[in-house]
Amino acid sequence: MPIRLYRVDDRLVHGQVVIGWGKPLGIGFIVLVDDAVQASEWERELYRMGVPPEVELIFAGVQEAADHLPGWRADARNGLVLTADIGTMADLCRAAPPVPRVNLGGIHHKPGRSLRLPYVYLTGEELELLQGLAKTGVEITAQDLPTTQPVGLEALR
Amino acid sequence: MSEPVRGIVVAHGEVAQALIDAAARISGETEGLVAVSNNECGRDEIARRLEEAAGDGPAVIFVDMPCGSCFFAAMGLSRDRPAVRVVTGVNLPMLLDFLHHRSLPPADGAIRAAEKGADAIRKT
Repeated sequence: MPIRLYRVDDRLVHGQVVIGWGKPLGIGFIVLVDDAVQASEWERELYRMGVPPEVELIFAGVQEAADHLPGWRADARNGLVLTADIGTMADLCRAAPPVPRVNLGGIHHKPGRSLRLPYVYLTGEELELLQGLAKTGVEITAQDLPTTQPVGLEALR
Repeated sequence: MSEPVRGIVVAHGEVAQALIDAAARISGETEGLVAVSNNECGRDEIARRLEEAAGDGPAVIFVDMPCGSCFFAAMGLSRDRPAVRVVTGVNLPMLLDFLHHRSLPPADGAIRAAEKGADAIRKT
């Protein structure tokens, strides 16, 4: 089975991911790619509590995720790859192609970011990073839930 | 007399404020509970909202789900503050009971509220 969703969401494991996407896509495992979470047993334990027992939650740093992605792509189960920020997802796309499409699911307000959608705020640098990814063939869309309309990168300018 | 414990309800959408409004309608108590919504915010922002709502005093944080961004922020706040406790699965009966026992230490108030909330879930 392919990885069914590569998602950027600064809330990481939460209801939209586990229930909103996880159920309809029949997700069997989630890979949470985040160096800080990977290094914190306390955070890993909290995130584990948010995942039903039938779904495996895998923690990985960026390099480890890049190394293991070929294996995860060949897994018999449906997978979901999750990062908290665009930079981490971009690193992963470069280190372990092909990533056919990236879903922007929740990038919230911080100083320097401006509103693109109610659930997507971007800095100019983040937008450029996404445009760079798009030039390499990665389809970028914002979509918080499967039941909402995807929004293309052009509309996020 | 020690400071009454503050109750913070943190939940998705408008759930927190709706529960607090309902608790006030039933009990007549208009103080003691503060609502925090996770609307349109990431981990950092919800943590900031929660910290602001909690202040420096004793508090019990009532969370809607035992996972996700609200829960994560609540656990983060309580991690180094023994006078801040967390109860998940917030419901109206637990809030009503809490409002009448705000003089209990947070750890005791949290246990009591969790028991009252669980006791209210029944299958008929």
